[in-house]
Amino acid sequence: MTTDTKPSEAEATPQPYVDLTDKDSAGTRWVRRIAVTSIVVFIGLPMVTLIVWSFAFRWNFPNMLPTEWGGKAWAYVADDSSRVFEGLWNSTKLAFLVTLMAIIVGLPASRALGQHEFRGKSTIEWLLMMPIIVPALVATMGIHQIFIRLRLTETLFGVALVHLIPAIPYFVLVMASVFANYGTALEETARTLGANKIRVFRYVTFPAISSGLLVASMFTFLISWGQYVTTLLIGGGSFVTLPLVLFPFLSGANHANAAAISLVFVAPAVIVLIMTSRQLGRDSSVMGGFGKI
Amino acid sequence: MSEPITMQRVKERLKIPLMLGPAVAVIVLLFGGGLLVGLGQSLGYFPAIGLTEFSFDAYRSVLTDPNFLRSLWLTFRIALVATVLSSVLAVGFALVLRQKFGGSRLATFLFQIPIPVPHLVAASGIILLITQSGLIARFGAAAGLMEVPADFPALVFDKAGIAIILTFLWKEVPFVGLVVLAVLQSVGPQYEEQARTLGANARQRFFNVLLPLIMPGIMSTSIIIFAFTFANYEIPLLLGVRFPSTLPVVAFRQYQDPDLGLRPEAMAISIVLAVVAILLLIAYRRLARYAVK
Repeated sequence: MTTDTKPSEAEATPQPYVDLTDKDSAGTRWVRRIAVTSIVVFIGLPMVTLIVWSFAFRWNFPNMLPTEWGGKAWAYVADDSSRVFEGLWNSTKLAFLVTLMAIIVGLPASRALGQHEFRGKSTIEWLLMMPIIVPALVATMGIHQIFIRLRLTETLFGVALVHLIPAIPYFVLVMASVFANYGTALEETARTLGANKIRVFRYVTFPAISSGLLVASMFTFLISWGQYVTTLLIGGGSFVTLPLVLFPFLSGANHANAAAISLVFVAPAVIVLIMTSRQLGRDSSVMGGFGKI
Repeated sequence: MSEPITMQRVKERLKIPLMLGPAVAVIVLLFGGGLLVGLGQSLGYFPAIGLTEFSFDAYRSVLTDPNFLRSLWLTFRIALVATVLSSVLAVGFALVLRQKFGGSRLATFLFQIPIPVPHLVAASGIILLITQSGLIARFGAAAGLMEVPADFPALVFDKAGIAIILTFLWKEVPFVGLVVLAVLQSVGPQYEEQARTLGANARQRFFNVLLPLIMPGIMSTSIIIFAFTFANYEIPLLLGVRFPSTLPVVAFRQYQDPDLGLRPEAMAISIVLAVVAILLLIAYRRLARYAVK
């Protein structure tokens, strides 16, 4: 980013009304300290508590740390009767399937919305954003009725279709912004130079959108990964995913088991975050997409 | 049709509809279809149990129930508080995190952690922290502020919904914060620098320069968050009092009741929820546009 006004010039001419010193004033530093401390405490503390609890065998009030440690909760997680691995496997299959479907269905649509002008565009945009705005509860209940007839309840595909509903708007929101940001000029240049469609996609389009696509896919994956009520309803309780395994423990008394299952539930998400953290922070068009409803 | 020119034109014409078709089809057929079936059942059309006459009975009994209004108010209050607080806090954090300082990259990474963490895991960590025998109560006991768990205020299963709001804040503040950061990055520092050289102080620069720039982003993220928290089922179910429950919890409870005769009411509640959400968001958009002008 280049600036029109050069700060050095402004500094050279003394202007008593221009506040140039506040950038790192004591006040700013204090605000910064408070903000960083609260990030560490509020965001870190719940996660650290989960980790400690998962290794606690006995941890009664008012002890600050467990009085007896152990791997009992983790042994329970590894045991088949807990259904944690079944849930993990189902959640993983499901989230990959939903992401794949969202890419197939959403990528062309995002491109149309991001790079083309056409009649009725804003109507289409609103239509695709509807699942974000209109509470999905009634639609899910209605779909449940339809899926019972179509025999799609209690199947992987049926649950994936329902997860696709909230996934599409978020995927399109991010990808349309990515497409809009990079434009069509480079592709046209490549085409004029004689590249065919496949080569244009392979060497021009894909490299340009790949980091945005990674983040959009991550969001889609996580939307499916976190779904509870839709899976419960359409899966009918027999298609078990991780949130369904976890839920009963959250209102129960066995905090160690709840903590251990929570950590299994969060682990893949953290891996995904580490993979995409750079894009989240750097490529402003990606997160900026959420600011464009 | 024999001329290649016409074929070309047909292709051009079909290009956009073909790109949008699959995504629109999924939303219209699945989401729209589900809504339609739900709407039909709320109006008493439920052939599976022999109801084929349309009536407003379900709406009449829902809307005249005083408990319905209590639940609606609770749902609205929680969503409003969560949305306003997360937007305000997020702007504050974004303004700090956009600065470069020692540890700013680490702080930004920590700030991103809640993004991929499922809501249920957030709830899990927060339960372990803020119940009456939770970690914070233990800090209180260690500091000599309290002796038994009952001395600690009931923050979970409380009437005010504090645990619910805290869970939403933990998840949504970083989400809004990252969107605001992205917007700030794409805007760049030049407007602020200009305002600064023209003699605007920090407060003027924030309210007259930065805020109007980030306002559209905040508007759309607050729509996303309000709609999400307004319709969320599992968090209030897990962390809220049983009576009054939020509307999604009431609707789902009715839906799962073995008495199928309660289905129309469950659907009517969710339709009213959806209509209220849409009306509120339309009003909010109007208001926000008016305020920005």
